[in-house]
Amino acid sequence: MEKNKIIELKGVAKEYDGEIVLDSIDLDIYDKEFVTLLGPSGCGKTTTLRIIGGFVKPDSGELLFDGVSVIDVPPHKRPVNTVFQKYALFPHLNVYDNIAFGLRLKKMPEKEIYDKVEEMLAMVNLRGFEKRNVNLLSGGQQQRVAIARALINSPRVLLLDEPLGALDLKLRKDMQNELKNIQKKTGITFIYVTHDQEEALSMSDKVVVMANGAIQQIGTPTDIYNEPVNAFVADFIGESNILDGEMLRDFRVKFAGTEFDCLDKGFEPNEKVDVVIRPEDVDVVAPDKGMLCGVISSVTFKGVHYEIIVNIGGFKWMIQTTDYAAPNSKIGLYIEPDAIHIMKKSEFSDMFGDYSTYSEEMDHLSDLTEEEMEYLSELTEEEEESE
Amino acid sequence: MSYTKRLNKIYAVLIFIFLYAPIAVLILFSFNDSNSTGVLTGFSLKWYRELLSDEATMTALKNTLILAVSSSLLATLIGTAAAVGINKMKNKYLVGAVNTVTNIPMMNPDIVTGISLMLLFVFVGGIVNSSNSLNFWTVLIAHITFNLPYVILNVLPKLRSMDRHLPEAALDLGCTPLQSFFKVELPAIMPGVISGLIMAFTLSLDDFVISYFTVGNGFETLPIRIYSMTKKRVTPDMYALSTLIFIVILALLLLSNFVGERDAAKKVGKKKGAKK
Amino acid sequence: MKKRSLLSQAAAAPHIVWSVLFIIAPLLFVAYYALTDADGNFTLSNFGSLFTAEYLEIFLRSACFAFLATVICLVIAYPVAYFISKTSPKTQKLLIVLVMLPQWMNFLIRTYSWMAILEDTGIINTVLGWVGLGPVHMINTAGAVILGMVYNFLPYMILPIYTSLSKLDPRFVEASADLGCNAFGTLLHVILPLSRSGIISGITMVFVPSISTFYISQKLGGGNFDLIGDTIERQFQSAYNYNLGAAISFVLMVLIIVSMTVMNRFGEEEGGVVA
Repeated sequence: MEKNKIIELKGVAKEYDGEIVLDSIDLDIYDKEFVTLLGPSGCGKTTTLRIIGGFVKPDSGELLFDGVSVIDVPPHKRPVNTVFQKYALFPHLNVYDNIAFGLRLKKMPEKEIYDKVEEMLAMVNLRGFEKRNVNLLSGGQQQRVAIARALINSPRVLLLDEPLGALDLKLRKDMQNELKNIQKKTGITFIYVTHDQEEALSMSDKVVVMANGAIQQIGTPTDIYNEPVNAFVADFIGESNILDGEMLRDFRVKFAGTEFDCLDKGFEPNEKVDVVIRPEDVDVVAPDKGMLCGVISSVTFKGVHYEIIVNIGGFKWMIQTTDYAAPNSKIGLYIEPDAIHIMKKSEFSDMFGDYSTYSEEMDHLSDLTEEEMEYLSELTEEEEESE
Repeated sequence: MSYTKRLNKIYAVLIFIFLYAPIAVLILFSFNDSNSTGVLTGFSLKWYRELLSDEATMTALKNTLILAVSSSLLATLIGTAAAVGINKMKNKYLVGAVNTVTNIPMMNPDIVTGISLMLLFVFVGGIVNSSNSLNFWTVLIAHITFNLPYVILNVLPKLRSMDRHLPEAALDLGCTPLQSFFKVELPAIMPGVISGLIMAFTLSLDDFVISYFTVGNGFETLPIRIYSMTKKRVTPDMYALSTLIFIVILALLLLSNFVGERDAAKKVGKKKGAKK
Repeated sequence: MKKRSLLSQAAAAPHIVWSVLFIIAPLLFVAYYALTDADGNFTLSNFGSLFTAEYLEIFLRSACFAFLATVICLVIAYPVAYFISKTSPKTQKLLIVLVMLPQWMNFLIRTYSWMAILEDTGIINTVLGWVGLGPVHMINTAGAVILGMVYNFLPYMILPIYTSLSKLDPRFVEASADLGCNAFGTLLHVILPLSRSGIISGITMVFVPSISTFYISQKLGGGNFDLIGDTIERQFQSAYNYNLGAAISFVLMVLIIVSMTVMNRFGEEEGGVVA
């Protein structure tokens, strides 16, 4: 891949009503990359996208396109286009006129516009939909129109704000593949905002994990998953058991009252650390053969595997295994050195513990998108006003 | 159960009879052969003929239409712009103040709105020593004033419910802010603008009290002509006129209903589309 | 971004200027005229002359008539609004159009038409004559004036009550029945309180035009029942005493503001008890 910087954010910060939304972030985006900004609602990912699009002006910091500052360039003059969360298709225009909108503004001859619109419709599999009323299309179809409407302008960068958030699961998976293909075919840089870690891992060349208005980690999907830098990233990407540990020396760590071999080095002797062990990296063995021993407190069938919660000295581990084990039975755990990942202590260290309070319901609550949160807060604001 | 239901129906029918009795009476007597407004003598269209040949009434009709068209158009222009501005205002107190003042003409009795404007015009006329301080322009100003809140009332909710990403999408695709307004936002709020315009038009057409205090001698509107005629014994050509106006208003109402229904159909379609 | 937002806020500027010139300034002129004499000197005599038996009677009569008309409208309108809200959506739309339709016909003509109905030789008395009854004297009575008010403003009571009733979630009614309320209890404890906002705006929309009308009393009252509106109209259109007219208008506004405040307070307290 050519390493050709197209966008640079330098010390970009933004506050709303005294609340810090972005805390001086630095980010480089390269040509032809599929970059995903990933994080929970309120982490600042959408604000970052809107700053790049020109809809929000940062309080401080610099934004460069091809090395030139664009901080004062209004949105309609930036070489980027956006696919909005709820598509924002123009309700008074049909599919064809929506897609042709940008080119008509550029006063391109109608003949050329026709050819380009047809080309776009073919790319998003909507041939024959030219005259359709956009309000009568399904969610997935509206999504395709929105993508075609943005891509037809041949932007250098395409910004996508949770574009699949309103689609059901099956359609989401299909659209993920389709988006990835479109990105490869067009070679346009995609900046994609989502709170769905699975989506981020499966589509991106580069994932930017954000929390509390700051970038936590930038890396390839594999890096982010296998080498999370702190407890937040480890917890947010996939399932993890995060334990307090102590680095005795290089390649030797102590946690859960037991010493283990590991592959990490470069810590101070006896430095306090966070230890991450992914649920699928633990082998279930007979109690007498395990490095750790515990009692199963619950078993949930998940289709591909069983999800087992094991109580080991008061700490509840989550383990994914294909072998069934009965609740209340005793099992042993075997952990290979390469299954253990050591992280430095961070501000997030004490926020993520074991799985004793884990429930599906909590998961759903945190799934609210930023848009929905905003909507909720607007609702309460309106209520206040009406009183 | 069915007994109370029948009772309900009878009650509702009675109320509707009450609401429509005077209208039925005047429509009936507009076709009456004699000039009595009490005794039916036979069918005739002579009051309609007489109406059409009555120059003063025709002039008043023309005046009323000129006034209604110009005041509703101007009020729609000012009011739509105002709604756009109010929608963008962030300061709670400013919005509150503007809304309160805007609603005054709706809350105040018409007679107070009428005489307050009259006092202003008379006072200003006195300063510039004008011999007729009340004229077409004063009644136009008065009509725009009481139409404005109704236009804003119709447009503002459309702006509030518009997807706020729409103007952003327009900018994103290369519109200047001005182009974004005319190409995207205005079409999106058009149903509200049109129903505001129709409402302003009908209100202006029908207004008597405010016109009565703000209009000068040279300019007579239809309601004012009707008023001066009802001071004496009314001839049935006024009934004929009212019947005609009634039919026109009915047509307008059906039209605005049609626009509204198309709007609603779009929304329903959207929901259906999303379900697929 | 900020500049642009300021620019679009400026779209409201013509309206704001207009409001200051033609809403606020005229009201200030009402106050100015009310507090000056014909030569423009400050005086309180305009208000002073209102504290005579003649004017007090007019104010009292106007308030009484408007109050009665409002109460009658409420009593008549509530069942109608309830009935309409219980029909199918299509019928609801049609019925509401039918309720509002008479409003679009010139109200002078409609009121005048009542004269033809109520006169001693009018339609009702003609019909009564056929069955050997009457004649009953109806025109030029207090009853006729109040009837005129009820007739002209009834739709403004039906519409807001209907709106609040049609928004009422039927599950509340079901919940109330489920919790053991009978139909009357449900009406009293659930439906009425939840349609309170509609009732309040209905009362406002009937009371304000009723207390300020002048045409209805002239035509159906035969000039025997002077109301505030008649008095104001006379000062501006025949007596040409603008100062006195302004003072009466001022009192009318105060009267309306006071009664609306009292009613809103009352409405809130009612709501407070229920909630």
